[in-house]
Amino acid sequence: MESLSNKKKQLEIKPLNFWERAYLPAIVKGLSITLKHFFKKPVTIKYPEEKREFSENYRGMHSLKRDEQGRERCTACGLCALSCPAEAITMTAAERQKGEEHLYREEKYAAVYEINMLRCIFCGLCEEACPKEAIYLDGDIIPSDYLRKDFIYGKDKLVESPLNQ
Amino acid sequence: MELADIAIKFGLIIVIFAISLVVAMYSTYAERKIAAFFQDRVGPNRAGPFGILQPLADGAKMFMKEEIIPTNATGFLFIVGPSLAILTACIGSAVIPWGQNLVIGDRTIPLQVTDINVGILYIFGVVSLGVYGVMIGGWASNNKYSLLGAIRAASQNISYEISMGLSIIALLMVTGTLSLGEIAAQQHGWHWNVIYQPLGFLIFMICAFAETNRTPFDLPECETELVGGYHTEYSSMKLGFYLFAEYINMFISSAVMATLYWGGYNYPGMDWVAAHVGPVIGPLIGTIVLFGKIFMFIFFFMWVRWTIPRFRYDQLMDLGWKTLIPLAIANIVLTGIFITFFN
Repeated sequence: MESLSNKKKQLEIKPLNFWERAYLPAIVKGLSITLKHFFKKPVTIKYPEEKREFSENYRGMHSLKRDEQGRERCTACGLCALSCPAEAITMTAAERQKGEEHLYREEKYAAVYEINMLRCIFCGLCEEACPKEAIYLDGDIIPSDYLRKDFIYGKDKLVESPLNQ
Repeated sequence: MELADIAIKFGLIIVIFAISLVVAMYSTYAERKIAAFFQDRVGPNRAGPFGILQPLADGAKMFMKEEIIPTNATGFLFIVGPSLAILTACIGSAVIPWGQNLVIGDRTIPLQVTDINVGILYIFGVVSLGVYGVMIGGWASNNKYSLLGAIRAASQNISYEISMGLSIIALLMVTGTLSLGEIAAQQHGWHWNVIYQPLGFLIFMICAFAETNRTPFDLPECETELVGGYHTEYSSMKLGFYLFAEYINMFISSAVMATLYWGGYNYPGMDWVAAHVGPVIGPLIGTIVLFGKIFMFIFFFMWVRWTIPRFRYDQLMDLGWKTLIPLAIANIVLTGIFITFFN
């Protein structure tokens, strides 16, 4: 039949010649290809010891930031929890007491702040929602663990270490 | 035979047995490492430095696994299968000459357990017994995949044994003896049989691949079609025995190939070396050379495994019956012509 597009290409299937049918030259060729790979450097990155370089906007584990004087920035407004599409964030707010001014920047702070790392999809909407620049996903890969409960990260794991340390 | 001779023989048997087991054990490690290198990976590197303890960890795991014998399996045969497989794999090493005679003082110690005058036939007998282990195991499992795998193994081994035997006949015409010790001794220096029998060696090697069920002839255990082939129902150390037997077979067939065709313990300039280092070190260097050749062959086995895909079943039979057997017969005829007219 006449081809309408004229793009049809008639392929000619040639019968195999003797050396192709003998199969051995092809095997030798294949062996030489694999031998080339034998002496190549492996592409493996041995993960826990070596790490692939992260890109600059890589989103890893969350960290709750402190301000210049080492006070926690978070005011427990709940915008991050509200913006979270995976509903991974919960918190309990508390009022700052007298004598705690060096710990918390505003009158209200998060007494409990938990992120469920199994729910988190690392979209970064929490850091966009935060009006106080208190949360950033600038950390590492979340390490694996055995129990589900161990993936709920509290303030002990999330808050940045104090300045003077 | 004195008591000392018996003790030496016994020690030699134990040493050879231990060496073949250790080589088989580390072949599993080498296989994984070499596979990794061929695929631009690193391979096992967690157990010990460079993963050198991996075979021990694998062995420990195998022993710890639960031993499952299926309800409908034939209990006795189910156990006989793997035992037979590893038994026949181990006894093949008895006739291989591992080196020249050691001369310590006035005592000559042959580095060969027994030099029977039908050494090649003995190897053939042992190899053809090996298929019983697979066959019994596959039958006793009472599983269609196991049975299919076993049937494939049996028909494959029978088909390739014929061309293997025919390629050996041409070698016998050249050497004039069936004793492995004499065949090795005849190849003194660089008079290796592969120079006189290149086609015979090629046929023998292809058949050795088929006999050891290695890729591209690993149809008896091809996972994609038969789950696991004849050892589908096996678990724990019984499975380990089957896998182990395969590696021992590979070691033994490498040793046989090296002895029959690649000069065994002989290497160019061996007389000069032996004259300079004495009658003890000289033969030992020959043994090291033999092991070097064996390891080259084992590497080649693995190299081929990670290069060539598996044959289809009809291609396997075509190759065996329509190509290798005529080639082997042609090789016999050619050898006969050469011997008649050029000797």
